[in-house]
Amino acid sequence: MDEKVVLSLCEEIKTKFEGVDTLNKLNDLKQEYMGKKGIITEYQNGIKDAEDKKTYGMNLNKVRNTFDELYSAKLEELETLELNKKLESEKIDITLPSKKVRVGSKHPMTRIQEEFEDLFVSMGYDVYDGPEIETDENCFQKLNLPLGHPARDAQDTFYLENEYENYLLRSQTSTGQVRVMEANEDKGPIRVVCPGKVYRRDDDATHSHQFMQIEGLVIDENVSMADLKGTLEMFSKKILGEKTNVRFRPSYFPFTEPSVEVDVTCFKCGGKGCPLCKQTGWIEVLGAGMVHPNVLRMGGYDPEKYQGFAFGTGMDRFAMFKFGITDIRTIYGNDERFLSQFERKDD
Amino acid sequence: MKLSRKFLSDYIDIDGITTEQIAEDMTAVGNEYDSCEKLIPATNLTIGEVIECADHPDSDHLHVCKVDIGSEVLDIVCGAPNCRKGIKVVVALVGAKLPGGEIKAGVIRGCASNGMLCSKAELGLDSKFLKEEDYKGIIELGEDAKLGEDPIKYLGLDDEVIDFELTSNRGDLLSILGMAYEIGAIYGKKVNEVDGYHNESGNIDFDVKVETENCPLFLAKQVKNVTIKESPEFIKNRLIASGIRPINNVVDISNYVMLELGQPLHFYDNDLLGNKIVVRMAKEGEEVKTLDDEVRTLSSEDIVIADESKAIGLAGIMGGASTEINENTKNVLIEAAIFDSVKIRKTAKKVLRSEASNRFEKGIAPIRTYLAIHRCCNLLEKYADATIVGGMIEYDKTFKGVKEIEVSLEKINKVLGINISSEEVIDIFERLNFHVNEDNNVFKVMIPPYRLDISIKEDLIEEVGRMYGMDKIESTKLVLPLKEGKYNKDRRQIKNKMVSLGLDETLSYTLIPESEVHKFTLDNFTHINLADPMSEDRKTLRYSLLYSLKEIYEYNKARNEKDVCIFEMGKGFYKADNEYKEENKLACLMTGKYYLDINSTNVDFYIIKGVLEDLLDYMGYKGRYSIVEGNVPSEFHPGQSAVIMLQGSVVGYIGRLHPSVTKDAVYVFEINLDKVLNNKASRITFKEIPKYLKMVKDVAFVVDNNVSSREIEDVIKKAGGKLLNNIILFDLYTGNNLGENKKSIAYSLEFLDQTKTLTEEEVMEVVNKIIEAVTTKLDAKLRD
Repeated sequence: MDEKVVLSLCEEIKTKFEGVDTLNKLNDLKQEYMGKKGIITEYQNGIKDAEDKKTYGMNLNKVRNTFDELYSAKLEELETLELNKKLESEKIDITLPSKKVRVGSKHPMTRIQEEFEDLFVSMGYDVYDGPEIETDENCFQKLNLPLGHPARDAQDTFYLENEYENYLLRSQTSTGQVRVMEANEDKGPIRVVCPGKVYRRDDDATHSHQFMQIEGLVIDENVSMADLKGTLEMFSKKILGEKTNVRFRPSYFPFTEPSVEVDVTCFKCGGKGCPLCKQTGWIEVLGAGMVHPNVLRMGGYDPEKYQGFAFGTGMDRFAMFKFGITDIRTIYGNDERFLSQFERKDD
Repeated sequence: MKLSRKFLSDYIDIDGITTEQIAEDMTAVGNEYDSCEKLIPATNLTIGEVIECADHPDSDHLHVCKVDIGSEVLDIVCGAPNCRKGIKVVVALVGAKLPGGEIKAGVIRGCASNGMLCSKAELGLDSKFLKEEDYKGIIELGEDAKLGEDPIKYLGLDDEVIDFELTSNRGDLLSILGMAYEIGAIYGKKVNEVDGYHNESGNIDFDVKVETENCPLFLAKQVKNVTIKESPEFIKNRLIASGIRPINNVVDISNYVMLELGQPLHFYDNDLLGNKIVVRMAKEGEEVKTLDDEVRTLSSEDIVIADESKAIGLAGIMGGASTEINENTKNVLIEAAIFDSVKIRKTAKKVLRSEASNRFEKGIAPIRTYLAIHRCCNLLEKYADATIVGGMIEYDKTFKGVKEIEVSLEKINKVLGINISSEEVIDIFERLNFHVNEDNNVFKVMIPPYRLDISIKEDLIEEVGRMYGMDKIESTKLVLPLKEGKYNKDRRQIKNKMVSLGLDETLSYTLIPESEVHKFTLDNFTHINLADPMSEDRKTLRYSLLYSLKEIYEYNKARNEKDVCIFEMGKGFYKADNEYKEENKLACLMTGKYYLDINSTNVDFYIIKGVLEDLLDYMGYKGRYSIVEGNVPSEFHPGQSAVIMLQGSVVGYIGRLHPSVTKDAVYVFEINLDKVLNNKASRITFKEIPKYLKMVKDVAFVVDNNVSSREIEDVIKKAGGKLLNNIILFDLYTGNNLGENKKSIAYSLEFLDQTKTLTEEEVMEVVNKIIEAVTTKLDAKLRD
């Protein structure tokens, strides 16, 4: 094998590689040159008859190297081409709708309740959930509302069949005050909130016969109205925003003395005045006061030693304010188009 | 309670304080108001005189007038039949705002009209104060009315009214006098005395017998020879401002005194009454015809005024028709009494809530009863030409002492959390008309008899607080010992899990129709109804939550929302052993799409079963529950439902709703959460992660259709022994090529040894045992 043969062979190989455009053709070409009866193999076999074996071998190597290099390059080229073709064929319509696992949602009232609970639990309050069927005693009498008390009119109560002035559906979560005081055997300090369902004979855009309240009770030796104000300020700021202020107006509830109505800065207008707050800048959200000594006494506490504050509010109103719901019946309607709006975290 | 500024001015000097200011300041001390308005809000009115009145050329009823308003003469077209030359009238000028709209200059059928002559109705008085002529004709003012002046003032209707929404403890504020004391306390003003002076002659000839303890005070006086006529304007106007319709002078005086002093009164025609009355409880079923001509049937809980034989009036609520004051009345018996507030409240709720019953319900101070009866005499003498008979019937069992309460400065400051001085406290008490003795910062306070709401020291602290200003209390941050706040974590975590499984939480009503309460359960229980439900749909306390969820599904379906996957946690109620019971339940309903994907199938039994299993596994009951065939409630599809067992007892049901409940493929489950949570959740204990590879072998069997997967798995598990780590069903197939009633069922069997790598031989030995067991025990064939 002399230089001339090498050159012409290399030329021939180059030309042949140029014509290869598939992996099959590439394989055929490899057979043609490197297969058992391939051209290069034949030359390889011819080495034993060569005169100058060394030169022959060197020249053969040149041809083989040329082939190998071109082969590798072609292989890579064709593989890339093949891959690209494959990728091309695998193209999908990325605008088709996604496949999803359904996303669930907590009911807005649960969200509000948990928000309230978390805040108070973080301040060391327990959460107490009492029964919804209550005695008249726990719902009224032990809260200083004896039978026939005119303040009972504010709550049109559902009594159970044949149980008039005996058993009822609780009309306020204040029942929790009574139960927690009675259950607390050492008659020591109390810090508790009682959230839950309550029932009254009432049904319109702002009243539902079933709604949610939360009651708070703190009893200790030195708990004052000023502390109540501080607590409700903190609560209002956390729930309704840092800019919220709290206003106390004297009022009357049989189970607290003194009693106050608590207004907060209107969350719609920020206190400037708007139709929601009737231009006053304030919205009434809570009733509160210092626990009436009769209530303490009936709960087994000595009013000379202990004093405390209590507050109560409707959680539905907070949900309505927070999410901009105008009709309370929406909350209990369970329309999918309502529920699905709560499939997300808080803002 | 409507407070007339003019009426109030009789008792305190409020010159220089606007009505709005009074309303705001009263709110600040705990007496909220609803509205604060002029009695007649109309503007731009003036007094005029009709100096010319001609018929309108183009109308059969209109008049074309020239009206002199002092400063000018206006052309005004007027349609009132009583419009005529020479009368003095109320002129609404151009620009006047009346309840009916604004007055504009215009031309009426070709004649210019620059204003309007007003009727009483057009001024905006409530229709109950108007007579027919007040609509038809214009107001005719007296000769003395001065042109150009304010006609409202001339009519005495230039009043302002605050409508208070009072708290139920302040019965004393249901009177002008009580309001005067309260407002006097705010501004530090003295309250004028009530004028009860009158002459008397003769001696009372009447007998009263009180037979019930529900009437602790009963006073009566006789009045002779009254003249029934219209009341003077000031009485009529004050009644109107207070929302009460004037009738005649005698009736009006009884209402006037009630408004003034808070003591309801009843006047009888003494000649129709006879000379004796009895106060007693009604007999069961006794009837009485009240002033409104209604016959009321009474119970033994109602207090009545009776003659010897029968009830003639409903005490404290409404008088009787038979002894009513009428235009021929000459002699009057005045009744001023106190009736038990609880009894009155009950009767009033049943019969009618009136101005009188409202005051009795809130309680009346006896001192006011005495004051009122004398005030009636005073006014009847002045305005009804009455002769007051000497002597008075006086039945009085009321408390006569003076309430004295002690409170210390320290306690006041401790409860309110403020730092008020002894001088300030004394000032507040004195402004409230409380007599106070202070000794070493302890106050002995004498409570005026009309303040029935004050009986303990906390009440006094409230008085100090509200006069000091509750809003002036500066907030403090309560510091209490560190303590863990406890709450029900289970409930939250279960809800979180259900939400993470893609379900929306619902919140529905506890009250359902009675006809539905025993559905969706096999339990025998006594259900609970309300005594007085708002409707049949909200009569009964639910036992199962599934009725509510089904209703929610139907509600949404009707709105074309067909993919409904929801859950609710709530209570089920029942009665057992004479006790009311509540149990926490969790219910779930799924229908439509669960996986959101164009090709996905709808919810089926296996999807909801997966949700339930995920939940129970999450709750720590993995391997301790089973979902098995068994008795299910008739609202469930018998072939696609199961009983949920936990530790050997039934905790709920799962399955498709029966076609008789809904034709749609709706799947539900409900578990009794209390029963479930009674079982302690297993603890999370870490197991070593296997060091050796698991080996997986697939096997498929052809078996009869009625052989359940559970049966096959049980056989496999038993034969598989220790090395078998997991069984996963991966294929289920039925087809004609398998033969009739046959199915092919294929499992991946996972083998694992915690101590070494398994060999093919070891595993195949077990696999063969499994195949052997399944084929022989279940008459199955191995499928190649």
